[in-house]
Amino acid sequence: MLNSIDARGLSCPQPVLLTKKAIDQQLTDLTILVDNETAKGNVLRFLQNAGYTVDIDMSEDTYQLQAKKS
Amino acid sequence: MDSKKGMLAAGGVVGLLSVLLVVFGNPANMGYCIACFIRDIAGGVGMHRADVVQYARPEVMGLVIGAFVMAKSRGEFASKGGSAPFIRFFLGALMMISALVFLGCPLRMVLRLAGGDLNALPATGGFVVGIAIGIFFLNRGYNLKRNYTLAKSEGYAFPLVNVLLLMVLIAFPGVLFFSESGPGSMRAPLFIALASGLIVGALAQRTRLCTMGGIRDIILFRDNHLFLGFAGIFVVALVGNLVTGNFNVGFAGQPVAHTETLWNFLGMLGVGFSAVLLGGCPLRQLILAAEGNTDSAITVMGLLVGAAFAHNMSLASSPAGATPNGKLVLIIGLAIMAGIAYLNSDLAVSTAKGGVNVE
Repeated sequence: MLNSIDARGLSCPQPVLLTKKAIDQQLTDLTILVDNETAKGNVLRFLQNAGYTVDIDMSEDTYQLQAKKS
Repeated sequence: MDSKKGMLAAGGVVGLLSVLLVVFGNPANMGYCIACFIRDIAGGVGMHRADVVQYARPEVMGLVIGAFVMAKSRGEFASKGGSAPFIRFFLGALMMISALVFLGCPLRMVLRLAGGDLNALPATGGFVVGIAIGIFFLNRGYNLKRNYTLAKSEGYAFPLVNVLLLMVLIAFPGVLFFSESGPGSMRAPLFIALASGLIVGALAQRTRLCTMGGIRDIILFRDNHLFLGFAGIFVVALVGNLVTGNFNVGFAGQPVAHTETLWNFLGMLGVGFSAVLLGGCPLRQLILAAEGNTDSAITVMGLLVGAAFAHNMSLASSPAGATPNGKLVLIIGLAIMAGIAYLNSDLAVSTAKGGVNVE
């Protein structure tokens, strides 16, 4: 299943909360968009603690975190 | 990256500098206190006339400039804003009034604990309860909506104001107010205070140190990352106070503190609650403002104005205890926080009646 979260412009902990919601629904394939370093770091740490592998792309002001869990 | 060790170390440095600033002349258990320092600045520029708490504390300008330089050098400076600015201003003012009922921000609460001031224990309990109440609303969709990218100049304004205030303090101190007695008269030498501010500002920007966030993330995500900073501050300040002879266990006669348990508890409950609603403690708001976040700059202005009101209208406590006005406004403030939390959560949309809980 694929799911996408646009957390740009949201300040912490909102991006992590939205990510947590998706994880709680057992989603294994997630895309999360954030627009600041802090949110990127927090979402990344949360995903890794939850056992996801994460790829990060950066374009202009947006970080795209691609998270997968096998 | 910002590892757990880095977080612990950053907290340790803040704890150490806090102890040293007291040795160099700051009031006891007040090496750092963002609420107290912003209150002192409000007095220093004449926004209130409580003559014992007037001094344009260079620690604050140092924090902002240090965080600004760090954010710039790491490409993290960005002009952002537009997420409920006036609500944030208002919450900032309420956060300050709550802090001044206890007599300290969360940072000073930790430092007071590390100095043996047991009045900080009920305050810590209140802080945790306030954060838990905030989390109740976070879990029900509370947020103040998105911010937006703004013109570059917008984000530079706040750091610039701090540079200007520092220049006035150094070059034209005659236009400012300086306490001749009381906590405002107790100050570490200007350049030591400034340097320690620069260091802590840079570290806090790099690590995202936040006292509220430490407890919030444990409750919300079982994540102790930010809490390690909190722990680092406490442990190093405790050891430092023991070494320098500034550790005195007890409730009575503690420096710049009162012994009214209920009001220490409720004051910090208000700080914890409002800090969750604002997304950061007073320290974190300063750092975010330095990174170009004008919502946080507005929050800091709320803190400043709240401090002026607190002293002009006898809301701030003194070592004698909380004031009748302070108690009343704190209770009203808690009700307003609950109202703001409710109205900006899913509860306001999904339930028909608009009840407001007072904690």
